[in-house]
Amino acid sequence: MNSGSLGKTYADGAIIVRQGDSGDCMFAIQKGQIEVVRRGKDGDVRVAVLEEGEIFGEMAIFEREARSATVRALGEVRVLTVDKKTFLRRVQEDPSLAFNLVRMMSRRIRRLSGEIAELQPGGVARSQDTLALTDAERRIERRNRTDRRVTKDRRSGGNRRRDAERRGAVAASPSPA
Amino acid sequence: MRPTARGARQQDNLASYFEEQEGQLALADGSRIGVIGGGPAGSFFAYFLFRMAESAGLHISVDIYEPRLFDRCGPAGCNHCGGVVSESLVQLLATEGINLPPTVVQRGIESYVLHTDVGQVQIETPLQEMRIAAVYRGNGPKQSEPVAIAGFDRHLLDLSATVGAKIVRKLVTGFDWNHGMPQIRTADGDMATYELLAVATGVNSQILEQLNSPAMDYQSPGTLRAFICEFHLGQATIRQWLGNSMHVFLLDIPRLEFAALIPKGDYATLCLLGEDVDEQLIESFLASDEVKACFPDTLVPTPACHCFPRINVRAAVRPFADRIVWVGDSGVNRLFKDGIGSAYRTAKAAARTAVFHGISKADFEKGFWPECRALIRDNRIARLIFGVTTLIQNLRFLRRGVLRMIAREQRDAGKNRLMSSVLWDVFTGSAPYKEILLRTFHPVFPLRLTWNLLAANLLRTERKGMKEGAR
Repeated sequence: MNSGSLGKTYADGAIIVRQGDSGDCMFAIQKGQIEVVRRGKDGDVRVAVLEEGEIFGEMAIFEREARSATVRALGEVRVLTVDKKTFLRRVQEDPSLAFNLVRMMSRRIRRLSGEIAELQPGGVARSQDTLALTDAERRIERRNRTDRRVTKDRRSGGNRRRDAERRGAVAASPSPA
Repeated sequence: MRPTARGARQQDNLASYFEEQEGQLALADGSRIGVIGGGPAGSFFAYFLFRMAESAGLHISVDIYEPRLFDRCGPAGCNHCGGVVSESLVQLLATEGINLPPTVVQRGIESYVLHTDVGQVQIETPLQEMRIAAVYRGNGPKQSEPVAIAGFDRHLLDLSATVGAKIVRKLVTGFDWNHGMPQIRTADGDMATYELLAVATGVNSQILEQLNSPAMDYQSPGTLRAFICEFHLGQATIRQWLGNSMHVFLLDIPRLEFAALIPKGDYATLCLLGEDVDEQLIESFLASDEVKACFPDTLVPTPACHCFPRINVRAAVRPFADRIVWVGDSGVNRLFKDGIGSAYRTAKAAARTAVFHGISKADFEKGFWPECRALIRDNRIARLIFGVTTLIQNLRFLRRGVLRMIAREQRDAGKNRLMSSVLWDVFTGSAPYKEILLRTFHPVFPLRLTWNLLAANLLRTERKGMKEGAR
C-alpha cells in the first residue's frame, strides 16, 4: 500500500460489513469498488455497487439496528471508517454536516424510485444503486414479486397446456368420470 | 418562513427570507465576495459558501486572492505549518465528500510514539487504520520531490476553483471602505469592492495589521513563535526509523510545550512549540538522547529548510464586523493543535452565516461567533491540560507512572485504554479538550494512575535497592 493511503485496504472479496452485525460507524470509499449484497430467502442478491467517493453503512449512524446488508470488496479497495461518535458530536454543532449524506441518500432514493417506476410486469425487481429501501418500497417490491410469480405460474401453466395440446395428449385423454 | 408575504427583493435575498427582516445586510443573486488568502481557511470558506449558496439557489461570485503558487517547492509555496490533518478532520472531510488522495497525503499516520527520558511507548490508533494525514502545505521543502505530489493547500484551492471560485494571483496590500462596502487594493494598484470580505491570511501577513482599526473593534490574535524544519532522510530510512508513527517528545526542557517529528515522503518534519522558540531551545532539544535515537547512528541531519512561523495562541477580538469576517488563524484557533480543523470549523460557520443569516455584524455575532466561542472555551480547558502535560514533562516520577500505565494498556488488548485515549486525543487534537478532561474523571482513571505511579516508582526503587544489596 502507498504510504500516503488513508484508511484500511481490503483484498478482493473481503467482507467489510456483515449483514446482521451491529454497527457504530459508516465508511467512505477512498479507492476501488464494493458490492452490497443482501441475503434473502432466495439467496444473496446484489443490491448495489458503490465506488470511490461514496459512503456506505450510514444507516447504522441514524438507526440502532443491525447492518441491513453485507458489503464486500470488488477487487482491492481502500475504505476509511467514520466513527458514529465523531459524526454525531459534530453534526449537533453543525447540522449542515449532514447535507452531503442527505443529498447522497436522496440521490439513491430518486434512482430507486425511477427503477421501480420502470419495472415492467415480469421484469426483475432489483435495484442496482441503492441500499435504502423504505418500508413502502419493500411492500411494493414484495407485491411485484408475488405478481410476477402468479404471472409466471399462469404462463408456465399455459405453456404446459399448449405443449400437451401440440402432442395431442389433452385431446386423446379420456375426460374424468 | 412565509415567502408569499414577501416582496420581489426577498425572493433573491435568501438571508432575509430566513430571518424575516426587511433591509438587512445579506447576500443576494449576483453578490461578489472577496477572500484574502488561499490557505485552508480561505478555500474552505469559498467551497462551503458555493455549496450552500447552490443548495439555496443563490448565484454568487467569489474571488480568492492568493499570490503564492503552492506547487512551488520551498518557502515560496509553503504556508509554514507542521502539516497534520487530524483524525477527526479526515473523517469529517470524508463525510463532506472531500477525500484526500495519496498524491496529497505524504504519509498516513497509524500510531504515536511517546518519547521520554524514562522510556518510550507506542500508542496505536483504536482501529489500526491510517486516519491521520501528514501533508505538505506547499509542495515540499527546497529541492524536494515535486514529481507526483500536490500540497494540501493547493488541493483545497483547486477544489474551491472547481466549484466556481476565481483565483486571483495578486498580493493584497491595502484595505478601505467604499460606500460602506469593503474595498481591497492589490500590489499592482487595482481596486476591487465586495459585498462581503473574508480575511483568511493567517497570522504571518502584513495586511492583518491594516485591519486592526478601532472602527471595526477587531484586534489581531496573540501569537507565539514556533520552529519548523524538514530533514531529508529518504523513504527507506523513514520506514525503518520512524515508520508510520508520529513521534512526540515529553522532555524536561525549559520553555518547550510540545515537540513532534512527523514522517512524510522522503522527509520528516520537526515541529517545536513553546515560549518563543529560539536557537538555544532548538539546540537543547536536538542534543537530547531521545531525539538523536530517532535518527540513524544517532546523528541528527542538517535541516533541508526551516522557518520560525508565528502561531495563534490567543483568539482575535471580535473577528467579525459588517460585511467582513476573519476565519482560520487570523480569527480563532485551537490551542497548539488541529489548526486546519479550526480553519474548517470557522470557515464553514462563516459561510453558513453569510448564506443563511446575513452578513452584518449582528448576523456574524449570532451565527459565526458561537463556533469561535466554543473554540475559545475549549482552549481554556486546553491550558489546564497542557499545564498537566508540562508537569509530566518536569517531574520524572510522573513520567514513569504515565509511561507504565500506557504500556500496560497497549499490551492488554481488552483493557479500557484510559490514559492512551487521553494522550492520543491530546496529541492528535481529535477530540475537544473538554471531552478529554471529562475522560480523566472516570472513576478508574485516578485509581489506575495512582497504582502505576506507585508501581513505577516504589517497586522500581525496591528492585534497584535489592540489586544494590546483592552487589
